[in-house]
Amino acid sequence: MREREDEWTGLMRQAMSGDGAAYHRLLKAVTPVLRAAARRGLARAGQPVDQSEDIVQDILLAVHLKRHTWDANAPFAPWLFAIARNKLIDALRRRGRRIFVNIDDFAETIASEPAAETAPASEVAAQLQSLPPRQREVLQSIAIEAASIKDTAAKFSMSEGAVSVALHRGLASLTAKLREQ
Amino acid sequence: MQTDQLIRTLAADNAHHERPVAFVLALALLAAAPVSIAMFFAGLGVRPDVMTAMHNPFFDLKFVVTLALAMSAIVVSLHLSRPEASLHGWALLLLIPVGILAGGIAVEMMLPQRLPMMTRLVGSNSRACLTAIPLMSLPLLAAALIGLRHGAPARPAVAGAIAGLVSAGLAATLYASHCTDDSPLFVATWYSIATALVTAIGALAGSRVLRY
Repeated sequence: MREREDEWTGLMRQAMSGDGAAYHRLLKAVTPVLRAAARRGLARAGQPVDQSEDIVQDILLAVHLKRHTWDANAPFAPWLFAIARNKLIDALRRRGRRIFVNIDDFAETIASEPAAETAPASEVAAQLQSLPPRQREVLQSIAIEAASIKDTAAKFSMSEGAVSVALHRGLASLTAKLREQ
Repeated sequence: MQTDQLIRTLAADNAHHERPVAFVLALALLAAAPVSIAMFFAGLGVRPDVMTAMHNPFFDLKFVVTLALAMSAIVVSLHLSRPEASLHGWALLLLIPVGILAGGIAVEMMLPQRLPMMTRLVGSNSRACLTAIPLMSLPLLAAALIGLRHGAPARPAVAGAIAGLVSAGLAATLYASHCTDDSPLFVATWYSIATALVTAIGALAGSRVLRY
């Protein structure tokens, strides 16, 4: 536990100094933990745990866009979990307005099922469609076609700088749209 | 979009660096200050006897109190802009201006006064004080909220309230140079009511705009 968190802090420090691969590794490493927390939260609130992936993606976006509020001298985990808790509460509140079958009795069982049972996230994908075309194309190219910034720039005859800007703006407005929904 | 795809996209954006919250907050406040200063000179202006007033320690004390409020509120607001931060312990910083003001009241009580206590407390500018401080606060409050929005406050309403204290402290600093009521009793009463009003507006606005 302790070692894992120290490793996260180290990766985040590398990421903040520009190491994209370390950042990728870090996000990969924290995601299962976030997913488990989201499933636990949903189960405890009596809501279907298969919606956890939307919450996970919501948390990842917030982590990304707010990472400048992390103090490089502080451990990473408390900062990460504070954001995760905030987003989970938000998500539960939003879902609280809808009616769901109470699954309290099954909560324990469902929560312990393997993570692969989770339904795919739909909210980010849905909001992606409402972005300006350029931002959407750049995001899709990098996310779905796994193209690099360089390849994406060549494909759309844009400069790499313009691709980077469209990518960041796209992620920021995606997050804003998710918050407003 | 699958989570792995999202992660890949976020990693591709790692090169993008945001400015620290303190930098954005400072920039926003510096941009808003001329608006409040223009409001001040258009509507109020510095009191005519300012050169003599400066020799009155109670006139000077007003600036110490209002600036202490603004400074401590800025420090607390920057702390609260972090997702894992809580007000715990930090709220004590906000007692600094209160303590200075209480000290001022105690000193004034010990000195012989020409006017009775209630007259000093009620003063002659209470209405101007209650109007001018909140109005001049508004551009600064908007700026403080923009600055804090760049952060990730765990409790938006609390952070908004502190943004209210920042802006009220700065606006009160301007107002203090116009107001001819220098008694700490006047400050403790009317400046506080004006500040409370701005703090409430800040909390309300914060709960809407500071969610991340």
